[in-house]
Amino acid sequence: MPVLVIAEHEAGELKSATLNTVTAAKAMGDEVHVLVAGKGCSGVADAAKAVDGVAKVLVAEDDALENQLAETFAPLIVKLASDYSHVVVPATTFGKNVLPRAAALLDVQQISDVMAVESPDTFVRPIYAGNALATVQSSDSVKLITVRTTAFPAAGSGGNAAVETVDGAGASAEGAEFVGRELSRSERPELTSARVIVSGGRGMGSGENFSILEALADKLGAAVGASRAAVDAGFVPNDYQVGQTGKVVAPELYIAVGISGAIQHLAGMKDSKVIVAINKDEEAPIFQIADYGLVGDLFKIVPELTDAIGK
Amino acid sequence: MKVLVAVKRVIDYNVKVRVKSDKTGVETANVKMSMNPFDEIAVEEAVRLKEAGKADEIVAVSMGVTQCQETLRTAFAMGADRGIHVLTDAELQPLAVAKLLKAIIDEEKPDLVILGKQAIDDDSNQTGQMLAGLLGWPQGTFASKLDVGDGSLQVTREIDGGLETEKLTMPAIITTDLRLNEPRYASLPNIMKAKRKPIDQKAPEDYGVDIAPRLKTLKVTEPPKREGGVKVGSVDELVEKLRNEAGVI
Ligand SMILES: Cc1cc2nc3c(=O)[nH]c(=O)nc-3n(C[C@H](O)[C@H](O)[C@H](O)COP(=O)(O)OP(=O)(O)OC[C@H]3O[C@@H](n4cnc5c(N)ncnc54)[C@H](O)[C@@H]3O)c2cc1C
Ligand SMILES: Nc1ncnc2c1ncn2[C@@H]1O[C@H](COP(=O)(O)O)[C@@H](O)[C@H]1O
Repeated sequence: MPVLVIAEHEAGELKSATLNTVTAAKAMGDEVHVLVAGKGCSGVADAAKAVDGVAKVLVAEDDALENQLAETFAPLIVKLASDYSHVVVPATTFGKNVLPRAAALLDVQQISDVMAVESPDTFVRPIYAGNALATVQSSDSVKLITVRTTAFPAAGSGGNAAVETVDGAGASAEGAEFVGRELSRSERPELTSARVIVSGGRGMGSGENFSILEALADKLGAAVGASRAAVDAGFVPNDYQVGQTGKVVAPELYIAVGISGAIQHLAGMKDSKVIVAINKDEEAPIFQIADYGLVGDLFKIVPELTDAIGK
Repeated sequence: MKVLVAVKRVIDYNVKVRVKSDKTGVETANVKMSMNPFDEIAVEEAVRLKEAGKADEIVAVSMGVTQCQETLRTAFAMGADRGIHVLTDAELQPLAVAKLLKAIIDEEKPDLVILGKQAIDDDSNQTGQMLAGLLGWPQGTFASKLDVGDGSLQVTREIDGGLETEKLTMPAIITTDLRLNEPRYASLPNIMKAKRKPIDQKAPEDYGVDIAPRLKTLKVTEPPKREGGVKVGSVDELVEKLRNEAGVI
């Protein structure tokens, strides 16, 4: 049986997390289908059909699907699931919100945050903020899975899948009503797919001071992230948070500035290829995992670094 | 309005967990246990609703070993009124917890149910959504703001791109994110009072729910260790290394 990937999309564009999810799905079965559900999503369907390794794109459109509420998505997934061995979504806030609701309706124990596929029924997933890895085997007839996108490379392009329309009508929102969305606008790359990330912590002292990180990020073409302490203090919006309960990232280069390195923060960035830590406390735990540590005052070091990189 | 909160007993978030050498799990002997931090936020939110005159009773539910009673007492000390403890030594996976909660909710008929978004031991992030599905109730997950009105509520949710607002008719399920509130410390008089609040002890069989795990844990291993690197002496040295040794800039 084929594997069904639920596409994540926003404002008519396929989100890159879907591409990593397709790669994970390929390891679960030999044929991958992608469901594009929403309203007015022909552009997303076109993008999905060009993804390498996708055999078929299912398009379900309905007014009730427009805002991608779990209440309307879950019944649609339930309706389609019987034709598939696995239903797979990225472990983003979208996937985490929608899939468990469908799993309960199917009487299936979902497997969250899969980072390796050992066999079609056996998976590796992190527990305890990534301080342990559990290998689990599922006995459910259909497997519902959220994928840790940083653990799988993005699928390439060059595919030409068949597109099929499926009936998306009929689901009730069960008392949920979408009111609005306030999305952070940024010219910078998205955190979860950026090649370089510059992250600030409580040591930044204020939101204004993040401007020195932004100057560095501009030089590097980097995304800007933060620790929970920086978000809680109101320096930056919530969607900057990296960690166990924020975003999981794995860029080529992660520069942690004024971040102590609590396990909950490390859980979200320790799979980065190269880690740089800038901290005035030479005992800060972040130095234990940093490839390159620089002890000193960030307000002096960061501007110097920005200058030096331009040279 | 009646509010039900689900509180899980987990290894305290400050503990550095260790994988057992036989790879069957993590070390729990002599390890500090606490209420899951997200569930503290759930209790705090319920108590604030009561203080605001919007809720009149708070029922806390915990499932697992005998010591879950301590977790319920913590909820009482914060302000919950009574508890239900589903006693079992068996492993409970989110689907089983959701089914037990559904059975309890069928009896208790709360207007609002608040859970944590994620238990910091299994990191599943499933139970609230599953419960909402089983009940056919609306769900407001990863809540950072809650505005409870008459028969409906408005919830602000933390999503990857920013914030989203939804209106839900009650009864509804909410799962908490970190910024919903800052939980209080219980005062000594309230800790004393908590000792007298009632706990109803139950067993999974009382609810006729099949709790057998669907996922079999084959092994638990340590993640690959990251080698600590070097300290560099200057910005120039750092740039040189990033350029020529690591090749990332
Ligand atoms: C359930 C739960 C979930 C959590 N989830 C997350 C999560 O997802 N992500 C997350 O990040 N945290 C999370 N946390 C919080 C985590 O435990 C830490 O509290 C947090 O990561 C600390 O942030 P920080 O390093 O910025 O602040 P601090 O620990 O206060 O560190 C600030 C650092 O800045 C340095 N500094 C100060 N001034 C300067 C200067 N001028 N120059 C150089 N260095 C300076 C200091 O030496 C210090 O090391 C969670 C906690 C809980 C309980
Ligand atoms: N054994 C349990 N007892 C009480 N509540 C639980 C239990 N397991 C999970 N929960 C609730 O479900 C939430 C999410 O857990 P999980 O889906 O395991 O990440 C927790 O924050 C609790 O509110």
